[in-house]
Amino acid sequence: MPDLRQFKLPDVGEGLTEGEILQWLVAVGDTVTTNQPLCEVETAKAAVELPSPYAGTVVELLHEPGTTVDVGAPIITIDIGGDAPATEDDTPAAGLIGGPAPGGRTSVLVGYGPKNTEAVRRPRRSGAAVAERATAPAVLPEADYGSGTDRPPLLATAPDATSKPVRHGGLEIGRAAERHAADTEAASGTAVAPGRRAPRPLAKPPVRKYAKDLGIDLTTVTGTGAGGVITRADVEAARSAVVEPAAAETVVRFPVGDGGTAGREQRIPIKGVRKHTAAAMVSSAFTAPHVTEFLTVDVTRMMALRGRLAARPELAGLKVSPLLFVAKALLLAARKHPMVNSSWDEAAQEIVVKDYVNLGIAAATPRGLVVPNIKDAGRLSLAELAGALADLTATARAGKTSPADMSGGTITITNVGVFGVDTGTPILNPGESAILAFGAVREMPWVHKGKVRVRQVTQLALSFDHRIIDGELGSRFLADVGAVLHDPGVALAL
Amino acid sequence: MTAVREMVDPVPGAAAPHLPAQPDLVQLLTPEGERVEHPDYSLDVTDEELRSLYRDLALVRRWDVEATALQRQGELGIWASLQGQEAAQIGAGRALGEADMAFPTYREHGVAWTRGVDPLDVISLFRGNDLGGWDPVATRFNLYTVVIGAQCLHATGYAMGIQRDTADAAAIAFLGDGATSQGEVNEAFIWAATFDSPVVFFCQNNQYAISVPIERQSKVPLFQRAAGFGFPGVRVDGNDVLAVLAVTRAALARAREGSGPTFIEAFTYRMGAHTTSDDPTRYRLADELEEWKLRDPIARVKAYLSRSGKADAEFFAGVDAEGDELAARIRTGTLEMPDPAGTEMFDHVYAEQTEEIAAQRAAFLAYQEGFEK
Repeated sequence: MPDLRQFKLPDVGEGLTEGEILQWLVAVGDTVTTNQPLCEVETAKAAVELPSPYAGTVVELLHEPGTTVDVGAPIITIDIGGDAPATEDDTPAAGLIGGPAPGGRTSVLVGYGPKNTEAVRRPRRSGAAVAERATAPAVLPEADYGSGTDRPPLLATAPDATSKPVRHGGLEIGRAAERHAADTEAASGTAVAPGRRAPRPLAKPPVRKYAKDLGIDLTTVTGTGAGGVITRADVEAARSAVVEPAAAETVVRFPVGDGGTAGREQRIPIKGVRKHTAAAMVSSAFTAPHVTEFLTVDVTRMMALRGRLAARPELAGLKVSPLLFVAKALLLAARKHPMVNSSWDEAAQEIVVKDYVNLGIAAATPRGLVVPNIKDAGRLSLAELAGALADLTATARAGKTSPADMSGGTITITNVGVFGVDTGTPILNPGESAILAFGAVREMPWVHKGKVRVRQVTQLALSFDHRIIDGELGSRFLADVGAVLHDPGVALAL
Repeated sequence: MTAVREMVDPVPGAAAPHLPAQPDLVQLLTPEGERVEHPDYSLDVTDEELRSLYRDLALVRRWDVEATALQRQGELGIWASLQGQEAAQIGAGRALGEADMAFPTYREHGVAWTRGVDPLDVISLFRGNDLGGWDPVATRFNLYTVVIGAQCLHATGYAMGIQRDTADAAAIAFLGDGATSQGEVNEAFIWAATFDSPVVFFCQNNQYAISVPIERQSKVPLFQRAAGFGFPGVRVDGNDVLAVLAVTRAALARAREGSGPTFIEAFTYRMGAHTTSDDPTRYRLADELEEWKLRDPIARVKAYLSRSGKADAEFFAGVDAEGDELAARIRTGTLEMPDPAGTEMFDHVYAEQTEEIAAQRAAFLAYQEGFEK
């Protein structure tokens, strides 16, 4: 059985980014032993022989002599599986490894093979790009792999394969960088002092990675940290400002194939809010053991109270929605059971119980799910709470929810009832310990004072972090919320 | 006494006729594998000892070859090859007594071997896993020092400590020819000389300070410099394991008896690159390397052992097989070496953890978790 291994061009000299393959010392079909020289590679520092890390049979040489290869890119495939050469024939059939492929390339195990034309130095690109390219399915169209040309070349490049590359030292590298900076300056028309490049945006590595994951270009982000450093919150703000393009625009269509599903699948890149939501949900679902409890409540009296309250001058012009009651009921119950308004600090091995409630409201927006929260909601009067809810909803719908609005939540309500459904098993907003789902309020047959009557009924579902909240506490909390909704007068007792 | 005479007395049989004369060179085994005597340095060595010296030389070279290959395969960040300098290192290492303390550069793999350091504990440093995996106190072999020449001060300070403890021990500092141009090396010489400290400065003159040849480093032979500091200097054939053993033993004995430091210039040649990041073909000619291949430190021992009947083909095949086993163990051990935890750097700053370091450790952990958020 063939067992194919690829040897990737190593950094043979501390910080090198590429090397030119001067010559191959083995051929396809050769049996090689561990440490047998495979090829000679010239880097900015030295011309060296690369010894084989594997014993086996050479299946494919992935680059022609004279090609400059980025560090980390595979250069040779070796079969360590058996003694017999994998390719007996010198001219494998089309499509086989080593055989001809479209575009004058040689088919290789993964990615694009070298072109079978004259050995010409291929365009420079970053090591990551090459790795990506090498593992991309061959049917995907050639994509723009990004910012390779924005990086200064470490070295001047050989104009073609027949001329030996110039020897380089640190001075030449420095000069090449300066030349690049000058070129960049000339191209952009902005004045840059000689030998200096336009400043790179300042951000800590975790923030850089975060921005990269979200596909946000840091040069477009304004830093609010000390000295203009871009913070995580700045990236989040930038993300909020970006309106996701319609899904259709990001669809990658496969070329027509012979399978029945070809052309009938959409492939939508996972990024932006979707990516963030997915990460948060996965993190929450697999970190906090979730328990969900359900309660069905007769809210007829509460619905009747809405009209009376709406007539009060304090609430004039404000929407007295069922959600407002649920929010108030939750705040009252949370004050009685502060442990539900807490978070699990794994690093410190502590449970953080909060004296304030930043009440999150899950909102469906054109960009996807966002969970802004009302700061210190426990201190608000009913009228202030109604106003805050209205503001929060309007802001979210307009897609203008700021990162600050979304951070620091302590407990959340998800109003699934607006979609006409009865209930669900919500997943905790990461860092919180409880989330309440509020279902549709329906007219239902209900036993009221010993008789079946038509009553307005809703369902509540409470998911909680079972590390912090036991079944008893969760149940009492949910029952208290339900009691207030059933009979708002109970609020006086809580 | 010895050192002063060495400066002027040519040594008989010091070099092959086709090689340039090497005056002042202490030699006990010629490049052709002929045992010769020296008026000041005699050596009684059993056949068993001879064979074990050969074994050390051969195994250390095999280790070096494997480590170089592993670097070329991307498994080590860098490797500093000792090829050509095996005799200087094995000879010096085998001369050390149990209580003696060695202060290496970053190339003393041969000395490490004689001190019982596991090759994988050296490899882990070059793989970037740690700063050296061995216990310097238990092995009497300090951690590698990359700062050129700094270990000469460490060794001198340690030797001054030996004096205060009135211990029966010596320190030995390893250095290269390039290090002799460093200020701290000269400071160490002055301190050691002034205090008659029990320290041996063992200089492997491998002819190049990276790319700068010895002719451009010094107007005088290096061993002659010692006289200016007030202690003896001796030049030994660094490719002759027996001569290095004899000269180093004498220098260590002199140190232990309270007669002060000695400077040993082991005249040798770095057959490989300075490190794997270096390309020696850019600054030296191929025939120079060919010339030194004729003075190979291992071939001459093999020739002597075979010719004198002290070892047979079976012995040499056995050492070769042992070398291959060692190489396989090094390869497997390197590939399977676990990545270190980032927090390890906080763990060995002090013998006991301090609040400040603990806080830094916690901050680092939080920073690291910033990537996972």
